[in-house]
Amino acid sequence: MSDMNQQMTARYKNNFLKEIEEQAEMGDWVKMCMQCGVCSGSCPTNFHSAWDHPPQELFMMIRAGKRDEVLESGSMWNCVSCYNCYVRCPRKVPITHIMHGLAEYAYRLGKAPKQQPTQFLSKTFWDNATKTGRVNEVKLTQTLYFKNGLMDGIKQAMAMQSVALGLVKAKRLNPMEAVGGGHKCKDIKGIHAMLAKARELEAQRKGRAA
Amino acid sequence: MARKEYAFYPGCSSQKGASASNYLTSVESMCKTLDVKMTEIPDWNCCGASISYAESGELPRLVMNARNFALAEQNLPGQDIVATCAACWLGSRESKERLEHSSVLMADTNTALKEAGLNLKVIPEVRHMVEVLIEDLGYDELAKPVKKPLDGMKFAGYVGCQTNRPFGIAGESFENPMYLDKLVESVGGTATQFDQKVTCCGGALAFSEPDKAQAQIKDIIEAAYDSGAEMLVTPCPLCQANTEVYQGQINKKYGTKFNMPVLYYSQLMTLAYGGTAKEAALDGNVIKARKLEEFAAK
Repeated sequence: MSDMNQQMTARYKNNFLKEIEEQAEMGDWVKMCMQCGVCSGSCPTNFHSAWDHPPQELFMMIRAGKRDEVLESGSMWNCVSCYNCYVRCPRKVPITHIMHGLAEYAYRLGKAPKQQPTQFLSKTFWDNATKTGRVNEVKLTQTLYFKNGLMDGIKQAMAMQSVALGLVKAKRLNPMEAVGGGHKCKDIKGIHAMLAKARELEAQRKGRAA
Repeated sequence: MARKEYAFYPGCSSQKGASASNYLTSVESMCKTLDVKMTEIPDWNCCGASISYAESGELPRLVMNARNFALAEQNLPGQDIVATCAACWLGSRESKERLEHSSVLMADTNTALKEAGLNLKVIPEVRHMVEVLIEDLGYDELAKPVKKPLDGMKFAGYVGCQTNRPFGIAGESFENPMYLDKLVESVGGTATQFDQKVTCCGGALAFSEPDKAQAQIKDIIEAAYDSGAEMLVTPCPLCQANTEVYQGQINKKYGTKFNMPVLYYSQLMTLAYGGTAKEAALDGNVIKARKLEEFAAK
C-alpha cells in the first residue's frame, strides 16, 4: 500500500463519502446524485460497453463505502470530456469533473489500474505541456507510441504512418520538433517555479503528504 | 484603428507546423477582412486541456490558465481574451469561473503566480472566436464582405462538444445549436440536416484508445454523408483532426469508403470573402477539398 493510501485510510476510516468529498475534485457534489441514470444514457463511450460502472453507479458505490471497487475501477478513465452528462444532469451535478477528480485521486493513491492508456496519456500530455509551457506534438506522439518498448513502438508508428505522412505533407506535423525544434515559452523557469508552488499548496490544503 | 480589438490566445495546436496551423492562417485572413485586430498574449502557455486532469490536479491547472489571464491583463488591459481552440476556451473559462467563485483558490493562485513575477486582480472575459463573430459583429455584418457566395455547396455543420458544452454560445441549445449552420448560410453555403452535429469525436481517446474513438468518428462521417453533405465544417481543432485524419484507418477497419474533407468555418469565410486557397490554408487539409480549391481558383 502506498504511503498516501495508508495515510488516507487511517484518516477517513470507513467514511469513504467524506474522503471523496474532501479529496476528489468536485467530490462534494456526489451526494446530490438521485440515481436517474441520464448520465449513463448520455455517455458516448458507454455505447461500447467501456464502463464497468457508469457514473450513477460509481456515486452509489461511494455512498456505500466500496472504496477499493471505486478507486480500482477503470470506468472513469473512459471519460472523453464531452460534457454530455454534465449539461443533462437534472441535479446539475458536474459529472465530467467528478470523473476526472475520481481518476486523479485513484492515481495519486496508486490504486488506479496499471497500464491504463488514458492515464498514461494524461501524464504524458501534462509533462509535455509544462516542460516548455507549450505542447510539442511530435514528442507527445513519440512518447505514446514507444511506451511499451522499441519494437511495439515501431509497429504502432508503422500502423500510423499514412496518418503521419498526410499531416507532414499538409505542414501540420513538423518532424524537426523531435530534435530540439518546437515551440516554447520564454519564461520556462517562472512557469516551473509557479507550478511547484501550486503543487505544494494543493497538497497542503488537502492534507496530503507532499 | 481596427473595428474590434482582442487579446488573442491561439493555443498550442495553432502554432506553425502544428496540427491546426491551417486554422490560424484562415482565422488571420478572415479577421483581416472583418477588420478585427487580434494581438497575441505575450508568452502565453498551454491551458492543460481536459486530458491533463490526472497528472495536473486542480490548482496547477488553474495556475497555468491564470498566468495567461495575468499576462493579458498586464499587456492588453481591457481587452477580452479570444481563443480559437475549443479546449483553450473551455479550460480558460472554467478556470475563470472557479477562481471567481473561490477566494481560497484565488489566493493560492496568486501565491503561485508570484513565483513567476505575476499578479492577478481582474480576470478578463474569455470568449471563443465564434462568439466574437456572432455577438460582436452579427450574421449580417459577416455576410457583407461576401464576394463569392458558396452557392450550391453542402456542408454538415459539426459543432462537436467543447464549443457547445458546458458553456456553449448564448441563446443556443446544447442538443441542436444552429449557429454553425447560420455561419455557413451567411456566406452562401447550404447546411445539411446533420443528426450527429453534437456527437463527441472521442477527444483525447483518439490517441489512447483509438478503437473507441474511431467507432464514434465513423458514426459522425456516416451521418454527414447521409445528410447529403459534401464536406464537414467545424469550429474545433481536435474535432477537425480526429474526423479528418483517421478516415483512412476507419475505411480499412470497417470497409467504408470515406473521403470527406473537413474544414474550419474560417476557411469557408475566407474563401467567400474572395480569399485565395493559400489564404484559406486549403493546403493544410489532409483530405483535399478539391471543390473548394477549384472554387478559389475561379
